[in-house]
Amino acid sequence: MARVLVGVKRVIDYAVKIRVKPDKSGVVTDGVKHGLNPFDEIAVEEAVRLKEKKIASEVIAVSCGIPQAQESLRTALAMGADRAVHVEVPQPQYDSLLPLHVSKILARVAVDEKADIVIVGKQAIDDDSNQTAQMTAAILGWPQATFASEVTVADGNVLVKREVDGGLETVKVKLPAVISADLRLNEPRYATLPNIMKAKKKPIKKLTAADVGVDLAPRQQVLSVEDPPTRQAGSVVPDVDTLITKLKEKGHL
Amino acid sequence: MFKVYNKLNRNQLKTLEDYKTVQKTRRLLSTSAIHLKEKTSDSKKDVKQSKSFTMNLFRGQLQTSQVFPYPNVLNDEQTETLTSLVDPVTKFFKEVNNPLKNDEIETVEPNTLEGLWDMGAFSLQVPQDLGGLGLSNTQYARMVEIVGAHDLAVGIVLGAHQSIGFKGILLFGTPEQKAKYLPRVSNKEFAAFCLTEPSSGSDAGSIRTRAVLSPDGKHFVLNGNKIWISNGGMAEIMTVFAQTPVKDEKTGKTVDKVTAFIVERAFGGVSNSPPEKKMGIKASNTAEVTYEDVKIPIENVLGGVGQGFKVAMNILNNGRFGMAAALSGTMRSVTAKAVEHATTRVQFGKRLDSFGSIQEKLARMAMLHYVTESMAYMISGNMDSGSIDYHLEAAISKCFASESAWYVCDEAIQILGGMGYMKATGLEKVMRDLRIFRIFEGTNDILRLFVALTGIQFAGSHLKELQKAFKNPTANLGLILEEVTKRALSSVGFSSAPSLSHLVHPKLSDAANLAGQSVGLFGPAVESLLIKHGKGIIDEQFLLNRLAQAAIDTYTMTVVLSRATRALNLGLPTADYEALLTQVYCSEASDRVASNLLQLKSGKHLDNFSKMSDIAEQMCQSGGLVQPNPLNL
Repeated sequence: MARVLVGVKRVIDYAVKIRVKPDKSGVVTDGVKHGLNPFDEIAVEEAVRLKEKKIASEVIAVSCGIPQAQESLRTALAMGADRAVHVEVPQPQYDSLLPLHVSKILARVAVDEKADIVIVGKQAIDDDSNQTAQMTAAILGWPQATFASEVTVADGNVLVKREVDGGLETVKVKLPAVISADLRLNEPRYATLPNIMKAKKKPIKKLTAADVGVDLAPRQQVLSVEDPPTRQAGSVVPDVDTLITKLKEKGHL
Repeated sequence: MFKVYNKLNRNQLKTLEDYKTVQKTRRLLSTSAIHLKEKTSDSKKDVKQSKSFTMNLFRGQLQTSQVFPYPNVLNDEQTETLTSLVDPVTKFFKEVNNPLKNDEIETVEPNTLEGLWDMGAFSLQVPQDLGGLGLSNTQYARMVEIVGAHDLAVGIVLGAHQSIGFKGILLFGTPEQKAKYLPRVSNKEFAAFCLTEPSSGSDAGSIRTRAVLSPDGKHFVLNGNKIWISNGGMAEIMTVFAQTPVKDEKTGKTVDKVTAFIVERAFGGVSNSPPEKKMGIKASNTAEVTYEDVKIPIENVLGGVGQGFKVAMNILNNGRFGMAAALSGTMRSVTAKAVEHATTRVQFGKRLDSFGSIQEKLARMAMLHYVTESMAYMISGNMDSGSIDYHLEAAISKCFASESAWYVCDEAIQILGGMGYMKATGLEKVMRDLRIFRIFEGTNDILRLFVALTGIQFAGSHLKELQKAFKNPTANLGLILEEVTKRALSSVGFSSAPSLSHLVHPKLSDAANLAGQSVGLFGPAVESLLIKHGKGIIDEQFLLNRLAQAAIDTYTMTVVLSRATRALNLGLPTADYEALLTQVYCSEASDRVASNLLQLKSGKHLDNFSKMSDIAEQMCQSGGLVQPNPLNL
């Protein structure tokens, strides 16, 4: 049976209206509601389902970040993960943490925990990078099956259906492998209150970046974070002819 | 105290016969303070003491230990647990529960109900080792606040189950009863609280359901009929109240006394009617339950034979804060709808929120919510710190919350105008759901009388003690001295208003003075009522209602003073806003207190009361309104 490592990230809740910090160094996170990245929630659900189908023997949730990242690990544990690993990254370094750093950490944890499958969300809803699964696979030298909308494991292989422009594509990869979860892979379960209580007793192993031998030196510098431009007011035109004239004027036709 | 006293001149005190006594006792006090202290505690031994703010208010005493500072009872672990529960429950209510659908089909959708069981929502306070979540009252309050914000009908399904249905087992159950029943009520077996009968509503002592011991002494045989039982059609495990013959130890006579029983539907002989059709909380099952020769094993007596009335009252008292918590959630969500409309709707070229009429509505909604929410968590906090003196406050919270929520929802609908009246907006359902909260679990009218009469009884017992003390003045000098001084001050018009100002943030000192004045007016008002009416006061409902209202206003002022003080002291971002709510609330509430207390002795008002009695009597004689319409057609 396979051991599954699932990556989870704590992000600003999807319903929160994002505000840019006055100094434009980033977005306001203090006092803002956070939650588990929705794509990672789908990844956790898939991992737990693999365990329920007796394909996985153990589900380990891993998160890199500030101490509050443990909230997201607890959610994963409440959903059914068996244990968790928290690679603690202090705030200043977390601010400049990139998918490459996370990938290196995940790769090392995957090796240390003897994982056979790594599942992560296809992207986090805060920075929308969509790089971690791919880079992790590259660092590990494992095959990757990204944007999964259906996962079947059989005979040491994983069949993954992915939504592509023309329809569905099925890829087959050998284990060990890295999978990234797309929106329609599954509908995550609700963490029930009894399971949340039980999750409090499940172990969370704490590590530092040094423990996993990853250098967190920034590779990029954020110059400025800006609000999207506000939408210009529209105008109502009296008839179709005026519309066409206006479109032509602006060079749209 | 004596500093103030010293400032009084001889003239002012001339009217007091006790002047000399006071002088004498002052001298005595300075020489034999220790002796006096002992005597005082001796003489007070028999008189009931209470930590309740409201109870002591009736004596004109300021008892703030349960009010200041604002309770902060959750430890780090409890806070962390609660934090992890809030989001999933909120998400469940937003995404899975469909309030309008539940209302339409008059039951909770099966997948929602299943989900609520899986969530653990039916056993929030059952200990963890018996299958529940083991939440404290404060944690429970936060959970039901979420329920109240989304669907009050589901709130009743949950509340009828755990706030009253099996609460008796939690509070009074033997270890065996707990081990047997709590895992079951945590695992998909519904519970219900069965008290009300066709001939017994507010007068719970008059129930007719009877349970008689079987000849072999192993069973009680239960017969009777209960109506309007929430979850009555689904409950497997019921707390049933019935008259049982009990031999009075002293007189040897057998009298009927109420006993509580744990009754399983599986015992046989239990049947129920189809669900009642109701104005609101339609998704909650309400049914008549009939017991016909139901054999209850004697080990299912709950809280002792003959103790049923106490059991029932304790269950209800214990659950009332939950209603305030749930309704503060309701007010929060309906207010959000009103604010959203007020800030987007444009009329006469201006947004609604720029009009004074709308501003006043919103501000009043916010104040009533602030009071309700602050009270819910103050009482849950008191209970969690082991208070047993919270019954009047719990009753006040139920009255205040149910009336405030009704007002707030009504104003929200008014702000939304025609849109508010439409079903799809969702406020119409809330309004219908809310109506029952002023009626069930003790009507607000009964609870007001309960507050007034319990308070008066408490004050009366202290007065009686004082009368006794005067018979043997030397032995009870301390007690007499205290009262004499108090009376001396108030009868010469010197403000003996107890001060709250040392307890509140300086920003709130004006508001605190108003609350202090209300406390100060209270004691003399109760005393003169007692002097005038004696025992007859229990029949003076016009007066009792006004007294109760004054108690409600005074307690609630103190509650918000406490909470806003906490906010200011902690420097919370909303502290200044909370101070505004508190200042306006105290200003208006203290006016009401003064007016209500004045009415107790004002000839004009007393005359109005007797005229109203007359009007009502004539109406009842003529079977409705007395005069024909002006056309006489």
